[in-house]
Amino acid sequence: MRWITTTNHKDIGTLYLWFSFIMFSVGGLMAVGIRMELFSPGLQVMDPDFFNQLTTMHGLIMVFGAIMPVFVGFANWQIPMMIGAPDMAFARLNNWSFWLLPFAATLLVLSFFMPGGAPGVGWTMYAPLTVQMGIGMDLTIFAVHILGMSSILGSINIITTILNMRAPGMTLMKMPLFVWTWLITAYLLVAAMPVLAGAVTMTLTDRHFGTSFFNAAGGGDPVLYQHVFWFFGHPEVYIIALPGFGVISQVIPAFSRKPLFGYASMVYATSAIAIISFIVWAHHMYTVGMPVTGQLFFMYATMLVAVPTGVKVFNWVATMWKGSLTFETPMLFACGFLFMFTLGGFTGLVLSLVPIDIQVHDTYYVVAHFHYVMVAGALFAAFAGIYFWIPKWTGHMYNETLGKIHFWLTLVFFNMIFFVQHFLGLAGMPRRIPDYPLMFETWNKISSLGAFGMGLAQLLFLYVVIDCIRKGAPAPQKPWEGADSLEWTHLPTPVPYHTFETPPVVK
Amino acid sequence: MSVDKAEMRQENRRLSRRLAIVAVAMFGFGFALVPFYNQICAALGVNSIVEKSEPLNSQIDSTRTVTIELDSNTHDLPWRFRPLVSHLTVHPGELATVEYEVVNVRAAPVTGQAVPSYGPQHAGEYFKKLECFCFTQQTLAAGETRRMPVTFVVDPRLPRDVSTIAVSYTFFEVAGRGGKS
Repeated sequence: MRWITTTNHKDIGTLYLWFSFIMFSVGGLMAVGIRMELFSPGLQVMDPDFFNQLTTMHGLIMVFGAIMPVFVGFANWQIPMMIGAPDMAFARLNNWSFWLLPFAATLLVLSFFMPGGAPGVGWTMYAPLTVQMGIGMDLTIFAVHILGMSSILGSINIITTILNMRAPGMTLMKMPLFVWTWLITAYLLVAAMPVLAGAVTMTLTDRHFGTSFFNAAGGGDPVLYQHVFWFFGHPEVYIIALPGFGVISQVIPAFSRKPLFGYASMVYATSAIAIISFIVWAHHMYTVGMPVTGQLFFMYATMLVAVPTGVKVFNWVATMWKGSLTFETPMLFACGFLFMFTLGGFTGLVLSLVPIDIQVHDTYYVVAHFHYVMVAGALFAAFAGIYFWIPKWTGHMYNETLGKIHFWLTLVFFNMIFFVQHFLGLAGMPRRIPDYPLMFETWNKISSLGAFGMGLAQLLFLYVVIDCIRKGAPAPQKPWEGADSLEWTHLPTPVPYHTFETPPVVK
Repeated sequence: MSVDKAEMRQENRRLSRRLAIVAVAMFGFGFALVPFYNQICAALGVNSIVEKSEPLNSQIDSTRTVTIELDSNTHDLPWRFRPLVSHLTVHPGELATVEYEVVNVRAAPVTGQAVPSYGPQHAGEYFKKLECFCFTQQTLAAGETRRMPVTFVVDPRLPRDVSTIAVSYTFFEVAGRGGKS
């Protein structure tokens, strides 16, 4: 009962983190299924229809069920402690926004057992396929509605907390960067999620109420769906990435024992990324037959994103420059993030070029690109954050050796899966197809083996976390020498259930 | 920031109401994209394959001939749909008419809409339709047979390397009118 009715931000943070780990495992199992089918050419494990359902659900679950909730979990735990507030602004609303999620997840998983199975349309849910799918599609649409509702409520809560409940003296430009990135992310969510809700609502009325938004026969246009979807979809990319940037901006200074280089420019760069993210959506759809002017506009706008992102990467590296570096697990994941995310950024720059994008559109090159930014970006940042803050949350240190092994296994297997997919994509292997010609076999075998290894490595992570909670050595108040935000300097370890009931004074 | 609790609460409520309004407005914005998109398409002249072309004042270019191959498909529709000739040869600039025949084999009236596509794709903009059954929705009574014309001119500006244009029409059922089974 405590967990169902709780309004404590730390409890809810924990709920979010465990929920996202469960969904991460479910989505991961689906990925393993996909890689099993792609282990060798021909069809062996599943029929193509089920393969499509797996790729669709893997995407939806990982994006909405794993990555977004994990960062909301961080936000719940950390934001009140970092700004010196007693709790979130709307504690009961916070409870609701979490408990919407299990229902949405259940709907998604249930769709597998409907006649016709789960939607096999890809996580982007493009019309006209979505208009023709079975009842599983309706469940997915409602799940997306509920997920959207949950994120919007959560974001309103986060913005209100950050703007109204800071401790005396905690001016906006003194907030830890993690809080800044979440403030901007929450604004993106409030602006973008309703547009997705609109897009799936249109799909729903097209399916059942005789409208023709996307139905060519009734005067609609399937390409319109893509525009509406990606108007949400591109800000969504930064919704996923920005909180990760925030975590990295806490971890790197702590282990470099130096303040973050260029704090103000980091804040402005984050805002710039958020604003640009609303004018680049059509770079996902260069091949729909838009006028050259449109392609040029979206190409240049997309390249512009590289400027603020470059500022961020530069600042992280400059923070490490001449610092007293040590490489505990959080820092290892942060460095892994820095390398891998930058690589994913570079392939993104390659893909922003219209002529190249038309060539590799919908190939494994694209798959490799967005996994480099999502897995090596968001997921590595999430791991860095968990190892960084888990001593504070549980009061115990995790096993450093096992943590490091987890990092190296994840890094090696991740690259084994996705680095070779660049080659597959350039050679022309299309995504979302369960079969492939013989010439792609070697790289696919390597990629599949990597996927199995990556899956197993996450079991080690689960062990490390449980081991830390159960019998880790007691952690000091400030286990990381260079960490300097309020939760380390003002609060004991483990943090008490209620903190900052009288706000601290920040100088 | 030593405001008392009640004041803080009110402040929080006010901000959350404003943010909720933003969210609702953005939901509306998603729908506002629909007319906006149609306007943009009309202004830029993209996506106009089912619009009527103005007849153009041009010479018949009898130095070259273009083969028009006709094709027909139906999508989830209980109609038999075929062109009366499978292909014909025209000079660019020459007015030609072909006929398609469609039979509704269902025992109920059905409404359909035809959508053309072209191979090669870029030949579409040189295939000027002056009259076409695809301009409007077609409702066929139970068992009705109908012959429908397409009158067209191939624009003489058609690139030299295109000697064959495949024209394919696909009929889709218009749901909700004429009754979906």
